[in-house]
Amino acid sequence: MAAIIELFVTFFKIGLFTFGGGYAMISIIEDTCVQKKKWITDEEMLNMTVIAESTPGPIAINCSTYVGFKKKGLLGAVASTLGVILPSFIIIFIISAFLDNFLEIKFVASAFAGIKAAVGILIVSAAIKMFGKLKKNALTVTIALSAFAALAVFDFFAIHITSIVILACAAVVSLALSFAGKQERAGDGK
Amino acid sequence: MIYLELFLGFLRVGFFAFGGAYAAIPFIREVVLAYGWLSDDMVSYIIAVSESTPGPVMVNMATYVGAVKGGVIGAAIATLAVVMPAFFIILLIMVVFKKLLKNRYFIAILSGLRPAIIGIIAATGVYMIYKNIFLTGNNASFAFDIKTAIFTAALAAAYFAAGKLRKKSVSPILLIAVSAVAGVFVYGF
Repeated sequence: MAAIIELFVTFFKIGLFTFGGGYAMISIIEDTCVQKKKWITDEEMLNMTVIAESTPGPIAINCSTYVGFKKKGLLGAVASTLGVILPSFIIIFIISAFLDNFLEIKFVASAFAGIKAAVGILIVSAAIKMFGKLKKNALTVTIALSAFAALAVFDFFAIHITSIVILACAAVVSLALSFAGKQERAGDGK
Repeated sequence: MIYLELFLGFLRVGFFAFGGAYAAIPFIREVVLAYGWLSDDMVSYIIAVSESTPGPVMVNMATYVGAVKGGVIGAAIATLAVVMPAFFIILLIMVVFKKLLKNRYFIAILSGLRPAIIGIIAATGVYMIYKNIFLTGNNASFAFDIKTAIFTAALAAAYFAAGKLRKKSVSPILLIAVSAVAGVFVYGF
């Protein structure tokens, strides 16, 4: 039981002190769970990062579930996952009660009009950074540009198609080409 | 049935957001606008709030939308829904599909999803900037706002220049803080 509580408290602290989520959290988790607590090894940490990046959902959740399960099974996974989300849940819940009223103050509304411009810039620059790190070949670049073009055109003409359709197309194309590539290599006798 | 809608909507977000916070934003925006839960402006605001408060951005946004639409129960449902796919997929990988990450079909699917997500994120960001500058009339009709155009261009230039000069990208929170202060001066008077 003490170990479960320790998992909960440790991840509660991680959730409380990491801003921006995702990659910021990975370095804190590394510091806490590998260096200080020695709950997982360096290799497991690396493995976990790869899994977190290859699976959907918040990276912090992927990591806390992984560490919790390694340490104390299902109960550990639940404790550390709840621990990591609880601080932001409480903070955001409190903010949600005030934000609407807060926005009626004139200078706050002006500040948020400025913030609106910043949010678009942040999103585009995140995409640029992710594109920079992408393993580029003809296929990946084509998919990235087509997905961009498809969604941009649909948005522009206010056609409602969900991004999930685009994701599904990309997955199918990539999978089909991987099958085709296997055939081709088999045909070449390589 | 708002609770069921919140649950299904955020389950979808949690299931399709490959690659962390920014990957989730397009899906959250789509779900929130499709159900008419919040205005487009409000979505931008909560992105900024979620970036500037601790915790995973996706979880923060789910909590906010859930709280506004369904109180504390709505917040709990939306938050659990957004984390559930990640939680169960990690358990499955650790217990059952230990070799999944080395499976070539899984790798093939993933190598298609990654670039598609990047395209989707970029298109969402570009559209949000476009809308903020060009669709400023009633009911988002076409109206060019030159003040916002100049403001956005200046902010973007400062952001990228500062990133280049410091050889390290400026933190999102800093950009949000600067834009808020600048916004007061540009829009407040």
